[in-house]
Amino acid sequence: MNILWLQASGCGGCTMSLLCAEAPGLFDLLEDAGLRFLWHPSLSIDSGAEVRALLERIEAREQPLDILCVEGAIARGPRGTGRFQMLAGTGRSMLETVTRLAPLARHVVAVGSCAAYGGMTSAGGNPSDATGLQYEGTHEGGILAPEFRARDGLPVVNVAGCPTHPGWVTETLMLLGGNALAAGDLDRFGRPRFYADHLVHHGCSRNEYYEYKASARTPGEIGCMMEHMGCIGTQAVGDCNIRPWNGSGSCTSGGYACIACTAPEFEEPRHPYSETPKIGGIPVGLPSDMPKAWFMALASLSKAATPERIRRNAASDRIEVPPTLRMPKR
Amino acid sequence: MTRLVVGPFNRVEGDLEVHLEVVEGAVTAARVNAPLYRGFERMLEGRDPRDALTITPRICGICSISQSVAAARALGAAMGLVPAPAGERVAALIHAVENAADHLTHFNLFFMPDFTRPAYAGRSWHGRAVARFTAMEGSAQREAVAARADLLHILGLLAGKWPHTLAVQPGGVTRAPGAAERMRILSSLRSFRRHLERTLFGGPLEAFAALETEAALLSWGRGDAGLFLEIAADLGLGGLGCGAGRYLSFGAYPLPEGPAFAAGTWQAGAPLPLDPGLIREDLSHAWMLGEAAHPAEGRTLPDEEMREAAYSWCKAPRLDGQPMETGALARQVVAGHPLARDLARQGGVLARVGARLLELARTQILMEELAQGIDPAARFMVAMGPLPREAQGAGLVEAARGALGHWVRLRGGLIERYQIVAPTTWNFSPRDAEGVPGPLEAALVGAPVGPGETTPLSVQHVVRSFDPCMVCTVH
Repeated sequence: MNILWLQASGCGGCTMSLLCAEAPGLFDLLEDAGLRFLWHPSLSIDSGAEVRALLERIEAREQPLDILCVEGAIARGPRGTGRFQMLAGTGRSMLETVTRLAPLARHVVAVGSCAAYGGMTSAGGNPSDATGLQYEGTHEGGILAPEFRARDGLPVVNVAGCPTHPGWVTETLMLLGGNALAAGDLDRFGRPRFYADHLVHHGCSRNEYYEYKASARTPGEIGCMMEHMGCIGTQAVGDCNIRPWNGSGSCTSGGYACIACTAPEFEEPRHPYSETPKIGGIPVGLPSDMPKAWFMALASLSKAATPERIRRNAASDRIEVPPTLRMPKR
Repeated sequence: MTRLVVGPFNRVEGDLEVHLEVVEGAVTAARVNAPLYRGFERMLEGRDPRDALTITPRICGICSISQSVAAARALGAAMGLVPAPAGERVAALIHAVENAADHLTHFNLFFMPDFTRPAYAGRSWHGRAVARFTAMEGSAQREAVAARADLLHILGLLAGKWPHTLAVQPGGVTRAPGAAERMRILSSLRSFRRHLERTLFGGPLEAFAALETEAALLSWGRGDAGLFLEIAADLGLGGLGCGAGRYLSFGAYPLPEGPAFAAGTWQAGAPLPLDPGLIREDLSHAWMLGEAAHPAEGRTLPDEEMREAAYSWCKAPRLDGQPMETGALARQVVAGHPLARDLARQGGVLARVGARLLELARTQILMEELAQGIDPAARFMVAMGPLPREAQGAGLVEAARGALGHWVRLRGGLIERYQIVAPTTWNFSPRDAEGVPGPLEAALVGAPVGPGETTPLSVQHVVRSFDPCMVCTVH
């Protein structure tokens, strides 16, 4: 299958992350899977007139388009003209270009939270009136209507994340290439369930601190970041702590809170990112699948039962107290 | 006269359109348009100051950590907070890893593929260029992508992920590396050195970093660097796309003992101290409203009419009224490296790419020193304390592509004003009120255009020699 990749109103970070694909590397992986770029703005040789000619051939239906990948939100401003992002050399807005190309593709993939929902590009009053392809935040309908379906029948596949994990993108493309992604494999916000059915909390290296509500209070401490530091990994979808980033990493292992970058409207948490909002000293936004009263009862019990090792380590920047060693019975 | 519009201009980060006037086979005037406006500075207004650490890295997926470091330093300056010395060193290492990865990406993925084009089929080096640098297929591209992914394991460990980390804070870094992790970092760096020495340089980094003249550089003769230098000599890239010889560096990798690469300017063949107070952003040819101002006083008010007299969303920063070139060449010239200063006498495509290779060799050596110096027993973070209600601060750093500044003003405990001037804002600025073109616009004048060329190769070489980052440019 061929892929046309366009960079709309975004940072290019999802491409930069994609290049971190490993074992095999990106170019081997795509080639082995029978996926090839018709054009990619960071990677292809073609520039200028050659690209304009390719886009014309696609629009004239002379060049079939299998997968349209869009990275970045779509700017609709100023005043609905889309002129905050013109596709260089074409005299046309990215808004118009994507609107024309999407119906021609067998599949449309929104790479990253900006393309999916608007993402960070739509933060803070949304100066460029940016939106996602088929969602504006949590609302269905972006530049494409809620009922839009690409030629092979799927809605826009939202590989949300800021940035996306390289595996999320390559596996989505391989699933599409193998005709192995169905509508039921996408969640309520169009995200592939192979990563969106997990929570960032799953596999978090701070889970023992979470169990006892042994909390970090300032950046650098290794305790649970849910109570004070704004971490919403218990509600955020993503397998970030199951498959590592860049060899061994994740946000929480790097020492900072999960901000649910895979979610629509993560750009407007309505509180400082690094601070947990509280009512009467109790964090709002507790784990979503659990009755609040139960959570509170368990939390107060576990806090009272916190072992000294965990209490001290949680407020340190490294493990100060090692676990008590279990000796074999003789 | 022929007019050409070049775009979509790819293998640059972000959106770029170049307008050319061509007379008798050469460019006589160029106008550079950054055709994307997002408005990050406006998004930050009214928010908690700490949010800048989450939001500004997302300006750019390739200079993400540079934006983090600038934001952390601007907030630190506003708070009067000095980072933990050990944390400052780890932040410098994190930043250096991004910059080294960017230099490697630029050379292999963005710049070199142009020499594989059929137009160069008759050249003695063409077959080797095709084998090594054909887009997405060449052996050098695949090796470089693998080496880059391995190097970025250091950021998985120290920064959680790349891009878009929150590990760099005003008080230091969030992740305290242990003794075994220090070993893993050193191991990753040895692996990256092996790639550089076997593949890119074909010899010891120290030998490349010890080159002192353009003539010595051109006779290096080894590795992919040697292939580039052979091409550069054959095509006369030394004299193509020459700059005005005015270079700016904010100083790279601030360390407790001072920056690893010094801050300053270089004008008319001599060093001058840097006075950031002399920066003004001119708006005469930008689709922005308001008057020219220092970034601490500046605003970002887009002209939704996109008036005819303007042609870019990019403002035109000037230092004491002059356009300045910034980037690896500028940084190494200001830092006093003899090879960079020799290359700067012409200051064209060869100089920019040669200096970037020089800096990559020097950055590897610096990263090794920083990693060696990690003391696992040290404190890597000092607590932030309460945020000031009224304050201002600046964070001046060096991204891979050059001088990056953040200027923040707090009022009532929130961000009142935030202004950013990125490296390519300097390099790819439009004309100013005096009609003086930006550095790229000036460097393109004289570039040869062959008969029938619609996307001239010489123009592509010159543009890519700057390693532009357009998403940072307008932000």
